[in-house]
Amino acid sequence: MTAVLEAGGPIKALPPGRVGLSRSIAAEWTKLWSVRSTSWTLFATVLAVVGLSALSTGTVNSSEILGDPTARSLVGVFFGQLVFGVLGVLVMSAEYGTGTIRSTLSALPRRPVVLAAKILLFGAVAVVVSEALTFSAFGLGQVILSGKHSLGRSAIVQSAHQHGIVIPHNIQALLSTGSASLGQPGVLRAVVGSGLYLAVLGLLALGLATIIRHTAGAISAFVGIVLVLPLIVQALPTSISNAIARYLPANIGQVMLTTHGVPERIGPAFSPWTGFALLVLYTVVILGIGCWLLVRRDA
Amino acid sequence: MLFRGFPRPPPDRAPCKARRVIEARGLSKRFGDVLAVDDLSFDVRPGTVTGFLGPNGSGKSTTMRMIMGLDLPTSGTVSVLGRRYHDLPWPMREVGGLLEAKAIHPGRSARAHLLTLARYNAIARARVDEVLELVGLTSVAGKRVGKFSLGMGQRLGIAAALLGDPAVVLFDEPVNGLDPEGIRWVRTLCHELANEGRTVFVSSHLMAEMALTADHLVVIGKGKLIAETSVDDFVARSSRQSVKVRTPESQRLSEALTSGGGTVISDRDGSMTVTGLSAPQVGEMAASLGVVLHELIPVASLEDAFMELTEEAVEFRGGT
Repeated sequence: MTAVLEAGGPIKALPPGRVGLSRSIAAEWTKLWSVRSTSWTLFATVLAVVGLSALSTGTVNSSEILGDPTARSLVGVFFGQLVFGVLGVLVMSAEYGTGTIRSTLSALPRRPVVLAAKILLFGAVAVVVSEALTFSAFGLGQVILSGKHSLGRSAIVQSAHQHGIVIPHNIQALLSTGSASLGQPGVLRAVVGSGLYLAVLGLLALGLATIIRHTAGAISAFVGIVLVLPLIVQALPTSISNAIARYLPANIGQVMLTTHGVPERIGPAFSPWTGFALLVLYTVVILGIGCWLLVRRDA
Repeated sequence: MLFRGFPRPPPDRAPCKARRVIEARGLSKRFGDVLAVDDLSFDVRPGTVTGFLGPNGSGKSTTMRMIMGLDLPTSGTVSVLGRRYHDLPWPMREVGGLLEAKAIHPGRSARAHLLTLARYNAIARARVDEVLELVGLTSVAGKRVGKFSLGMGQRLGIAAALLGDPAVVLFDEPVNGLDPEGIRWVRTLCHELANEGRTVFVSSHLMAEMALTADHLVVIGKGKLIAETSVDDFVARSSRQSVKVRTPESQRLSEALTSGGGTVISDRDGSMTVTGLSAPQVGEMAASLGVVLHELIPVASLEDAFMELTEEAVEFRGGT
């Protein structure tokens, strides 16, 4: 107020304080829901994650005795990671593509606060949505699987025992339980964890978009890291791919959505939460670089 | 009154015109090899409209963006209301900027765009409808911005700039894409805002428009300051003033003026435009010949003054 008076502008009382994080989150909330692409993308995610769960569990052969019914119902997560990536990219790149970033930074010139608001709001929305999705996908998948009367693990072990065959524990672990419930070991971790995995991937994408500032470029980078890199690594000699594969975000996700945490195609892997911590670290580093560039570059 | 519900200063507390609201000091901006803004220093004062004049590509927009903290100066400083834009506690309530038309998500409605900006600066929702009304966009407030014409986009940009009822207004090329009625509206708006004691800084490459809108001018060419002056002084400095003459004996007068060192062009409407001679000189010559004059009007062209000054700037730069 004094500054205004001294400078000779119109006399006007300004509210106390200054533009900060809570205002910024409120503004981001309005931004997120005032464009149609948000709802459409979320709708696509529901179709992808829950729909693929139904498709995948629906095609299970009832004589199948191997496999992980939890992972089976969560296959949609593979497609979901692409949709969350696109959504995360758009949160930032849409501002650059349309020039809205200039309005935003005029309204709130402290750029790290702008980015922090986006991270917090999008992160929260992504966690809520992704958890809702993985729980729905799991629930629907298990309902479908239980209707198939496929042989469960205990039934197989029991019937083998009657024939005098003892199945070793490590083999037992690979047998399908038919359908899974959240109380079984590793199931709750897989469902909660793969939801968190999707949300963190969305934030990673947001970080890439902050660095790259173009929608197409950022989505390409995201697809390259999450979907293409694992294919390249797989094509490398096993000695090399075994050393690298466990560090890849997609493989971290794959470990997360299996109940036993044993990778099938990846080779040696980190435990689910170690891998997840690594993914969070990647995301923090990328967002950090993004923030540094956001402050340094012209808008 | 332009803004309902927002108390304006009473006349006896009108702002002191000597104060500087925008202060640029040695402002420079380099993009790679190009020095877009070159050691620019100027002041903008409250209560008047200051025109920011320069040809396209002369660094006006870059300067505006540096004032708003969007581009970071390579060297030098610029302050608004005594501080860096970055340090203003409620930027939109202090400085309103229209920097580019339609820099808005095409899928968002006009109202949603303004509401988002209002949220940032704790501006009441009612104010959104107020500025929409002010710029004449109430009927299309719910329409997606992607469907807007350039002129509507400009109006929305102006609405966004005025949203916080700011003491300082920056308009970068506000009349771009506007029809004549819209251009006049912007001109009137600028005058009203200045009369309310606000600081109005408007850029344009249209010299004639600036002559009608601005009181003061900051003129730049190739990123350098060419003149910082009142519009009247700027025009007076022009050496290319011309005189419009209408007489029934145009043939005789024309010959006399030409031999007296003037250049005479016959206009379509029967009048003549004389350059190289002042209005008193033309009048005296006519009197000595006994020629009757129906019109004798000194015409000062801001356009010419501007062209002349910027040409000099170009030549100067070319010579180094």
